[in-house]
Amino acid sequence: MEAVLNNENFYQYKGKHSGILGWLLTTDHKRIGLMYLAAMITFFVVAMFIGFFMRLELLTPGETLMKPEVYNALFTLHGVIMIFLFIVPGLPAVFGNFFLPIMIGAKDVSFPRLNLLSWYLYMAGAILAVLSLFTGGGLPDTGWTFYVPYSIRSTANVSTALFAAFVLGFSSILTGLNFIVTIHRLRCKGMTWFKMPLFAWGLYSTAWIQILATPVVGITLLLVIFERFFGIGVFDPALGGDPILFQHLFWIYSHPAVYIMILPAMGLVSEIIPTFAKKNIFGYGPIAMSSLAIAFVGYLVWGHHMFTSGISDTSRAIFSLLTFIVAIPSGIKVFNWVATLYKGSIDLRTPLIFVMGFIIVFSIGGLTGLVLGSLNTDIHVTDTYFVVAHFHYVMFGGMGTLFFGGLHYWFPKMFGKMFNEKIANFSVVLFLIGFNVLYFPMFIMGYLGMPRRYYDYLPEFKIYHQISTVGSWILVTAILIMIINLIIALKKGKKADNDPWGGTTLEWKIPSPPPLENFEVEPEVTKGPYERV
Amino acid sequence: MSQIHRDDFGSKMGMWLFLFTELLLFGGMFLLYAAYRFAHPADFVIAAHRLDVTMGTINTIILLTSSLTVVLGIVALQRNSKPLSLFFLGITLLSGVAFLINKYFEWGAKIHHGIYPKGPELANMSEGEGLYFGLYYAMTGLHGVHVIVGMIILAFVFVQIYKNQITSDNFVRFENAGLYWHLVDIIWIFLFPLFYLIH
Repeated sequence: MEAVLNNENFYQYKGKHSGILGWLLTTDHKRIGLMYLAAMITFFVVAMFIGFFMRLELLTPGETLMKPEVYNALFTLHGVIMIFLFIVPGLPAVFGNFFLPIMIGAKDVSFPRLNLLSWYLYMAGAILAVLSLFTGGGLPDTGWTFYVPYSIRSTANVSTALFAAFVLGFSSILTGLNFIVTIHRLRCKGMTWFKMPLFAWGLYSTAWIQILATPVVGITLLLVIFERFFGIGVFDPALGGDPILFQHLFWIYSHPAVYIMILPAMGLVSEIIPTFAKKNIFGYGPIAMSSLAIAFVGYLVWGHHMFTSGISDTSRAIFSLLTFIVAIPSGIKVFNWVATLYKGSIDLRTPLIFVMGFIIVFSIGGLTGLVLGSLNTDIHVTDTYFVVAHFHYVMFGGMGTLFFGGLHYWFPKMFGKMFNEKIANFSVVLFLIGFNVLYFPMFIMGYLGMPRRYYDYLPEFKIYHQISTVGSWILVTAILIMIINLIIALKKGKKADNDPWGGTTLEWKIPSPPPLENFEVEPEVTKGPYERV
Repeated sequence: MSQIHRDDFGSKMGMWLFLFTELLLFGGMFLLYAAYRFAHPADFVIAAHRLDVTMGTINTIILLTSSLTVVLGIVALQRNSKPLSLFFLGITLLSGVAFLINKYFEWGAKIHHGIYPKGPELANMSEGEGLYFGLYYAMTGLHGVHVIVGMIILAFVFVQIYKNQITSDNFVRFENAGLYWHLVDIIWIFLFPLFYLIH
């Protein structure tokens, strides 16, 4: 049955299965993307409230609401959910799945059934992570980094959490594999590599990291499980194992992982800016190549997480140098984005406000990364709130902002409805205010010596903690307004047409929401993705 | 619905990418092996002498031969000899079974003698020997799991050939299964000298 002939969109298409099975057994990349979205927003909100309660505990020194063991378990769970269930899969799983095929003019990804398997693995990992709450020795309290020897010794339910992360890694690998083959094989007529949208370049670079880095953390986590159950000795100092080896193997993935988090987000910025500046992107080639450069150099800097672990001075100097070098391609992107805005015809709509916020917040995060990348300053701020602030600025301010920005940008296309822009704009601005009130004091108190993951603190830090906690209230309010605004739009929003923002890439040429196979006929591309006549 | 999407080249590309991820998975453990052997060179040699080189060699020959037979199976199918193809595929599967049986006896013997992580005999050995055997069980164990996975994949292919779903015109799944089996073989080719032949 030709879906297109009936002018029906992919929601209306009746395939082999109906009702809920039409979703759970789908191989349509758009439905899979939406299933990821539903799950991810749920997990994000859960982890956000965990953070909210952590900050509430930290409102006063000493015990405020909970015992220290509970606090340790909360920051572990907050990290595990946010990193493995939200930030790492985030943009590729939701927007990559929904839009990559459309943006390259394809009907679907190369391996649709594998795509569905990725989603099931994601959900299985999520269930395992939740299970670690309820079974065995209670919630893991090792931090999301699972450092040995504590992760071997802790009587908490570490193995379940480790296995959850392993399963999630597998999901990530399969998605990356799918996207690489899709980009190589399914670009439509005329779409050469350098006519591909920059979001696709971001996803491509990310996919390589997903494939090459994730297996390393996979085996590392598996080995900690073996260590706990069998005592094989590779990480246990009591048996001759070296805990530093764990750190090396862990960070060989976990550093590239942050590039998995940010590269698609940066690709998204390269989509949004030309749309709202009504102008061709400046420096397409350098932006595309910088994604590859970040992916490549990003593999070489993992030691900057281990500057105080006892590794040699020589290796630390090299890692520090490489850390400075990896910042350069990101800088190239920011310059090209700003150059695109220059003399553009700016249409300051909601997605662009997100992007503006991102550029400022991510730049702050990135610059403070240089403070951490410098050996002499790192000694003072490592394992303090300075680090916590840094990574929240780049991960949350970076990927998080753009996850919601992308959601607003592509909302009309995915759901066929427009949202209330005034409320959305208010929520973005409130979000940015809350974000900075929450996290900026952390730079200061970290610099002054407040350690991270500490349940209690000296009285001199109280004022910073209190400001920060108030910031968390503002931020949570903003996010709730944002999400509720979008949910209302799903039901009551004005119908959206094909191209509400004036974008030029292929997704804006098809109906909102798209038909099942995206295009009536395979598109043929003759110019660059952001060229306007 | 428009024609069923078929992309054999892309399909193989996908399998090659997956094989790279498997290499990296095992790579982490090879890295640990390198680090600990560098730290305990003599102990690793002593521990290695406890392994049965004959058994290891037989297993190596079994896997190498099975890699040959799976390719012969593919070629036979390409030349339209379905019974011959199933015959070679069957030999490949039986080779996998033989490998696992050998592994069972090897491990069984060691465990019987108390040489396993947290085992009584291992407790008497040096730290380096303990690490050697920790890695031995982890690496050959994970490899064994991959042998089983490979056999399951080959079994599926066997059924699909039998039901004419994989034919001389459409055999990329067979090739991909063969590729996976070659990976299982090649990981063993590295494990064997590193654990059995060091001196």
